[in-house]
Amino acid sequence: MRKKWRSNQLKVNIYAWLLLLPSFIFLFLFTYLPIFQTLSLSFYRADLSIAEPIFTGLENFRLLMEDKVFWKVMTNNAIFALGTIPLSVGIGLIMALMVNRAIRGIGWVRTFFFYPVVIPMIAIANIWLFIYTPSYGLINQVLGFLQLPDINWLGSTSTVMIAMIIMVVWKEAGFFMIFYLAGLQNISKELSESAKIDGASSLMIFRKITFPLLMPTTLFVLIIAVTNSFKLVDHLVIMTQGGPNNASNLLLYYIYETAFSYWDQGYAATLTVVLLVMMLVFAVWQFFGLDRKIHYS
Amino acid sequence: MKKIVSLLSIIAFVSMFMLMACSSESATGTESNSDSTDQTDNNNTDTDNQEADANEPEEIIEIDWYYPIAVGGPLTQVIEKMADDFHADFPNIKVNPIYTGSYDETMTRTQTAVQGNNAPELAVLLSTELYTLLDMDAIIPLDELIEDNGGEEFINDFFPAFLENAQTGGSTYGIPFQRSTIVLYYNKEAFEEAGLDPEKGPENWDELVAYAEKLTQTDGNGNVERWGVEIPTSGFPYWLFQGFALQNGKNLMSDDGKEVYFDTPENVEALQLWLDLAHEYNVMPQDVIDWATVPSDFIEEKTAMIYHTTGNLTNIRNNAGFEFGVSFMPGNKQYGSPTGGGNFYIFKDVPEEKQQAAWEFVKWVSEPERAAQWSIDTGYVAVRESAYETELMAAYVEDFPQAAVARDQLEFASAELSTHQNGRVYKAINDNLQAAVVGQKTPEEALKDAQEEADRILAPFN
Repeated sequence: MRKKWRSNQLKVNIYAWLLLLPSFIFLFLFTYLPIFQTLSLSFYRADLSIAEPIFTGLENFRLLMEDKVFWKVMTNNAIFALGTIPLSVGIGLIMALMVNRAIRGIGWVRTFFFYPVVIPMIAIANIWLFIYTPSYGLINQVLGFLQLPDINWLGSTSTVMIAMIIMVVWKEAGFFMIFYLAGLQNISKELSESAKIDGASSLMIFRKITFPLLMPTTLFVLIIAVTNSFKLVDHLVIMTQGGPNNASNLLLYYIYETAFSYWDQGYAATLTVVLLVMMLVFAVWQFFGLDRKIHYS
Repeated sequence: MKKIVSLLSIIAFVSMFMLMACSSESATGTESNSDSTDQTDNNNTDTDNQEADANEPEEIIEIDWYYPIAVGGPLTQVIEKMADDFHADFPNIKVNPIYTGSYDETMTRTQTAVQGNNAPELAVLLSTELYTLLDMDAIIPLDELIEDNGGEEFINDFFPAFLENAQTGGSTYGIPFQRSTIVLYYNKEAFEEAGLDPEKGPENWDELVAYAEKLTQTDGNGNVERWGVEIPTSGFPYWLFQGFALQNGKNLMSDDGKEVYFDTPENVEALQLWLDLAHEYNVMPQDVIDWATVPSDFIEEKTAMIYHTTGNLTNIRNNAGFEFGVSFMPGNKQYGSPTGGGNFYIFKDVPEEKQQAAWEFVKWVSEPERAAQWSIDTGYVAVRESAYETELMAAYVEDFPQAAVARDQLEFASAELSTHQNGRVYKAINDNLQAAVVGQKTPEEALKDAQEEADRILAPFN
């Protein structure tokens, strides 16, 4: 009897593994293999000044420590993440709460909120380039109307990062709104209704019922937001090319420059390893740290 | 058990199918190439006899041509037509033009293809990629091909300024195709208003400052309504700066691409002029000025003069609601401008008859009539002197004399900054120029830092 059960169990397991096999093949070919290759390349010197890559051990990582541009892009990325994540997630939640009700024309409002999400980043960058243009750009026209001095948003080291953050928040918030909206629709109305009968204020309902029940969504949105803050660099190509003097440069764009403009494959691999390790740390923290504090109903 | 067997076979089937799908996907990219290698094998029997090939359509030699588009307009159609016309003239060669995005994207794609032993036969890449392509061991010298096809007479018809970036160590590696220089565009109506001669732009730096001061307009509150001049400083400020360096003495690099001359007193003076225009004379906006918006600023009459590429001539001609003039970049010790744009390169790891076929196409495209037509279609400078002697070009220049300014300036033009490790050297000079423009460093510090950085980058080559 026991034997039969075991063989059944085995069958089920084989069945499962076989079903997973095709995905594993792809995951291995297109995710893990490149990661291992990048890892091994990061120990080589491979640039245009030599014909064949030379093994140099940790030399690339030592160069990294001394590379001023690397530390600049890391700082920028931290500012970019801190500027975009709380704001875009917060605004996304507020927008979701606003449109999560049955009134006429709400479909239109949702569409308008969501619309920046569907435009490609390159198109957005081109539009915002002209919004930020000195003299006749939209923002500076408004400033001019208010008799305020003209600001060269993208041309000055002090404003370029703020300009980027505003644009990305505008694009991202609608995306997060959709997730929150789905989360809100899953919360049973009876909970808030009974709380209302007990005399709870709407702020209380939000703090004690809605927000805790939205935590799984928030975790998911946070993961997306963090990865996006490292992934979104398309706008740099159009708007500033990382300038002025690296004031808007981000890690991924620096990797791109190193790999495809300097053709320094070894160093680019080293930078990629840094990015990978950082993303891994975030993912582990979010899944194993934050996840425990969340109640899944 | 039976179940498991059948399941196993299903899964094996599915994964095989997926693998096939995946491999065929990766094959589409190389399809034309594997096709053409097959044909090459066939061709090996009677390669030299092209006449015989012409009668047998299956013997067609196919070549891939990667090309970027860097200026506005429906150029893809122009290029496709070029390939068709060529096929009509040479039925045994078929050119497959492959649009590969911007110059940078084209370079990335070419590099990937070369690394995958799948190089195109022909590509148009920036003239400044010469040393990079040589360091990658990707391209062939064209000397023998030139020798067989007109030799000196053929190659010397190209403007020397364009050839500078195509030749090194006594060999020619590129044939100029879509080339540009920087010129000064000015608003003639604004000139008249300010009491300046609308028929000629400022000729030297002193006049530049004087004109710009007269042309700058402010409203009652002291806010500037129209700037005197704009020099773009985003993205690749080294290119603009090179013009000023040339006007004040010499080019920024040596002929062999192993040395740069950034921190000369002449260059410090040139960079100081940029800062003075913005901070002392208040005739140019402060901080970094975006390359892409400068032509719009000019068209919107927010600035009376701009420095920009000749590639924008057609755009400005079509959109400016006022009369505008084009002149040389104002000189100082002399006139000067860097060249820019792309050359043809022929690649190494392809069969010889394909290199020959690619050369046939390059030669055909460079014929004076076609070079003239390409210049008119795009706004690029026609690359050969004889192109300007064609009726087509003569009529165009007659009607639109601004188009000839870039050609006339070529006499004073020099190669665009191009060295080994080009990308890194650009970064060194660009970052430091911007640091000076935004006031983080003085011109002396910025150019000294750029020099030290570039020396370090170039050390392995010296």
